Amino acid sequence: MQSTTLILLLALLATAAFFFGRGRSLSLVGGPGHGPALHSLPGYYGYFVAIWCVLPALLLMSGWMLLESRVVTALVIAGLPESYQLMPEGQLNLLINNIQNLASGDVVSVAVDESMQAAATELNGYLTKSRQLLAAFALGLACLGGALAWRRIDRDFRARNRVEAVVRWLLIGASSIAVLTTIGIVLSVLFEAIRFFQKVPATEFLFGTTWSPQTAIRADQVGSSGSFGAIPLFAGTMLITSIAMVIAVPIGLMTAIYLAEYSTTRVRGIAKPLLEVLAGIPTVVYGFFAALTVAPWLRSTGDSVGIAVSSESALAAGLVMGIMIIPLVSSLSDDAINAVPSAMRDGALGLGSTRSETMTKVILPAALPGIVGGILLAVSRAIGETMIVVMAAGLAANLTANPFEAVTTVTVQIVTLLVGDQEFDSAKTLAAFALGLMLFVVTLCLNVLGISVVRKYREQYD
Amino acid sequence: MSDTHSTAEKVAAGLGRRRRKEFVFRTLGMFATGVGILFLAVFFATLIGNGASAFKQTFMKLEVELSADIIAPGGELDLVYADFDGLTRAALRDKLPDASGRSQRREMYRLLSAGAGYQVRDFLKANPHTLGTTQTFWVPAASNVDMLMKGNIDATIDETLRPLSDRQIAWIRSLDEAGDLESRFNMALFTNGDSREPELAGIKGAMMGSLFMLLVTISLSFPIGVAAAIYLEEFAPKNRWSDLIEVNINNLAAVPSIVFGLLGLAVFINWMSLPRSAPLVGGLVLTLLTLPVIIIASRAAIKAVPPSIREAALGLGASQMQVVFHHVMPLAMPGMLTGTIIGMSRALGESAPLLMIGMVAFIVDVPTSFTDPASALPVQIYLWADSPERAFAERTSAAIIVLLAFLLLMNLAAVILRRRMERKW
Amino acid sequence: MNIVVMTDNPTEKQDSTSPVVEVNSLEQSTQHRLQVALPEFTEQATDVGGETVGNVRAENPFMVAENVNVYYGDNHAIRDVSLEIGKKQVVALIGPSGCGKSTFLRCLNRMNDSIDTARVTGMITLDGEDINRKAQDPVALRARVGMVFQKPNPFPKSIYDNVAYGPRIHGLAVDRAELDSIVHTSLERAGLLKEVKDRLEDPGTSLSGGQQQRLCIARTIAVNPEVILMDEPCSALDPIATARIEDLMDELCEDYAIVIVTHSMQQAARVSRRVAYFHLGHLVEVDDTDRVFTNPRHKLTEDYITGRIG
Repeated sequence: MQSTTLILLLALLATAAFFFGRGRSLSLVGGPGHGPALHSLPGYYGYFVAIWCVLPALLLMSGWMLLESRVVTALVIAGLPESYQLMPEGQLNLLINNIQNLASGDVVSVAVDESMQAAATELNGYLTKSRQLLAAFALGLACLGGALAWRRIDRDFRARNRVEAVVRWLLIGASSIAVLTTIGIVLSVLFEAIRFFQKVPATEFLFGTTWSPQTAIRADQVGSSGSFGAIPLFAGTMLITSIAMVIAVPIGLMTAIYLAEYSTTRVRGIAKPLLEVLAGIPTVVYGFFAALTVAPWLRSTGDSVGIAVSSESALAAGLVMGIMIIPLVSSLSDDAINAVPSAMRDGALGLGSTRSETMTKVILPAALPGIVGGILLAVSRAIGETMIVVMAAGLAANLTANPFEAVTTVTVQIVTLLVGDQEFDSAKTLAAFALGLMLFVVTLCLNVLGISVVRKYREQYD
Repeated sequence: MSDTHSTAEKVAAGLGRRRRKEFVFRTLGMFATGVGILFLAVFFATLIGNGASAFKQTFMKLEVELSADIIAPGGELDLVYADFDGLTRAALRDKLPDASGRSQRREMYRLLSAGAGYQVRDFLKANPHTLGTTQTFWVPAASNVDMLMKGNIDATIDETLRPLSDRQIAWIRSLDEAGDLESRFNMALFTNGDSREPELAGIKGAMMGSLFMLLVTISLSFPIGVAAAIYLEEFAPKNRWSDLIEVNINNLAAVPSIVFGLLGLAVFINWMSLPRSAPLVGGLVLTLLTLPVIIIASRAAIKAVPPSIREAALGLGASQMQVVFHHVMPLAMPGMLTGTIIGMSRALGESAPLLMIGMVAFIVDVPTSFTDPASALPVQIYLWADSPERAFAERTSAAIIVLLAFLLLMNLAAVILRRRMERKW
Repeated sequence: MNIVVMTDNPTEKQDSTSPVVEVNSLEQSTQHRLQVALPEFTEQATDVGGETVGNVRAENPFMVAENVNVYYGDNHAIRDVSLEIGKKQVVALIGPSGCGKSTFLRCLNRMNDSIDTARVTGMITLDGEDINRKAQDPVALRARVGMVFQKPNPFPKSIYDNVAYGPRIHGLAVDRAELDSIVHTSLERAGLLKEVKDRLEDPGTSLSGGQQQRLCIARTIAVNPEVILMDEPCSALDPIATARIEDLMDELCEDYAIVIVTHSMQQAARVSRRVAYFHLGHLVEVDDTDRVFTNPRHKLTEDYITGRIG
């Protein structure tokens, strides 16, 4: 049975359960006119029965689905000829993969032999059986739960409190998903990174200056370990981030100042939405623009003045990234500037300051913590930005500070290493997770710092 | 007050310099504001300049004889293996009889799109009785023909430097003069999946992929986000756990999106063994990505509901849960919806995490379910942007215009909702 | 009834004691009180708009306003106000909230310039020169006409830097020594030096409210202006701090012309030589302080002073 059908059936059952529960509560007190004799509104009895009908069944279903493929795979492996079972893990995984493809009718990468065909049939058999069992168990559990709940209903049964308790737990569950996500990120990145550091020493990764993971793809060959010195990536990331910041911070800050202090209401009414449009453009579009418009333009401009500009120069990516970040810097700076009490501004103007003196000598120093916090967030955004650099920066891991040369970044390498075939036992694939760990840790620190500085600063003037 | 006068004089002495500084500062501000807006203008001008032409496509008129000799040599029409290209090629040969020899003919055939044969096949499939008659078709021309007609290929440069030979250009000109070439609306862009041939490539597959993903995302992230916001605002005790959740959510909103991709790869694909390249997985990743946005917006909306309304309901004997679901939530709903739309528009434009979970493959078929391999609109843009052909660059811009149009619509909806929401309590 | 809704300078809140609201609440009260109160009020309301009574001329006029009108958009906030401010005297502007006294004060050093919708007509001269003329830089004007605000607003800088701010931007000191001496004199004249001389590098915000306000006064006199405008300088302070500021005003008026907006009639009586009573944007009565408080000529002034409106 399809899982969607099963869910639909469960929904039907739940609806039925609702009306049964509601009906029973009313009949207990002698009909719809006597509702007030019940502890709770009749609907709550309905909800109570419906919850007990559907919730255990759903839990069973999700647990089953999680374990299903594991169990089935284990069964299939157990059914394979012994020669297959003794294969190394990597090859076995490949074989299982092929059997799965065979079973679902997809293209298979190797010649199919009889035992594979048999295994595929077996796999399909197990899957069908598993689904049938699941449907039977889930529907049975739904009926059982509903019936038990239905029997518990009586005049003084506190149905509302029960239902609300369940809803409360659901709300708690929803709010812990955010925490679970963080834990999930940490664990998934950490485990694979640890596996990477078992193959490549952390010191080599952190302090090595050569990055060429491509040779390591032949992990089964002797002496083919690639080099995983990530310094060129960190340097490239920092180079592009610095270019972006050199563009975004002054322009974003001056924009915020101009809009807050000088512009007329009409100009502000036009410029602010336009900046929001700039902020809403997807990064892949910025990447396209950087790669197909800005980079060639920089190259030809460079040629005409006699500077050799690489067609995947750090400058092109950094420039466009800087423009992408302008709205972020300007809106955070705007918040910071507006948080300075207007009494400060009046005080400075009242002493005879010009507007620029008021801004640079009084308001900006007062708003500085907020602005710095905002810049930290912007830096974190630039470091984690992926599409622009994937499309406009190169793959060459050059260790250089020359913005006209091609450099590569942490995010580019993560994408390069993980797009295409992955082998979770090769250092090449695992290196992506080690880079991901670095990226996560660095941006996390910047974010925590930036957010707490911004917040503390806001409290100062609240 | 002896030095009063000197104060005024000293101030006056410095005034010129200070005014100049003021002017410079103000000009810098104006310049900075202009940079962003200028970029936007250049950006849209480039985009529309490059992409507008992709909505038109050159079609070629062919009188095709649906000859049974070519497509049904055994007497039986086999829609899969019959040589439909042979029909269109024969028709083109009739139009350009001056091509002689195999190599010239091969050159001539390159003016036809691979889609021409498919079009004839589809026609025959729908009208089997036309076998043996001659029908007029408007079939897509090859992308190079299209590029020449749109003026994107410079016919004056050396023959070896351009994709069309002198002879091909002459043929195209003669076809054009005979009225056999026509520029029509490019429906294929919206009805086809991806293709290696630019003139056949469309964004329908990517749009459906994005649609399936957004369906998964909205059906998970809206209820979960709203529930989390309600708990945090209305029920959560102020203790370390709720502080932790709060810090967590704010941080998650700023975690690079590619990290969510790593999470999706490790958890959904490797650990839960969900299918790669599937909109289901993409939707799950985007759910986690948009949740913080929705939670933060929903909390702000709940906070904006005045406490007097809660007190009034509590005073009438409603339970806290009833207060929330009967009073607070309906009032906060516009704000929550606005936040959700903004989250969805972010999800629609997101591509980096999708690269991690295999949604970057070349997929021709339009996905029909949540587990079919699929691409997404921004990923399609990424893939096309990588293609060297000029015709793909044009289509990339067109796809971007479509994506931006969707985003604009979503943001408009958010703005309208926000306007409605601005109520005076 | 002709209801005029007033908004004064935007920072000043419209409070519930404005006359219009008073009538509304009276209408809901007993019939008896309504009969007594309402005719009286209507009579006063018709009085508003007449000529200013008393004496708008000062003995030794230094700053002169002639027929000043202020509009905030469509809102006519100040109507035809003429007032002379003499050298070395304190003029107090009093009146109920929203009457326009703060708005008028802000005209005197063109602080209304920074409000987009504000428009000022009429003539204001300082020492015979029109302050609204094109060639007049508001920056130079504000160096001559300093201002102290309702809420103490020291900059988030050290005490020293707060006081040195004005001299620095205007280039009043040639070297550090001169700047030091300006800061010391100003703090001393503001009566703050004793309390802060050992901690000049502490942030200005670390002082108490009263000290902060005296710091703001020190900051203003460090520029050595000719007129000091004070916008309810004591409204955020406790009585002891208020008393100190009032003493300070007594001393400062030896050198400066001071215009003070105050809510407190007692304060006006204590510190000022002349009093101007504003009502709904009109300047109703101006005269020597003693005369206004002992023998007001206008009914509205009398009602305000006796606490019937306000």
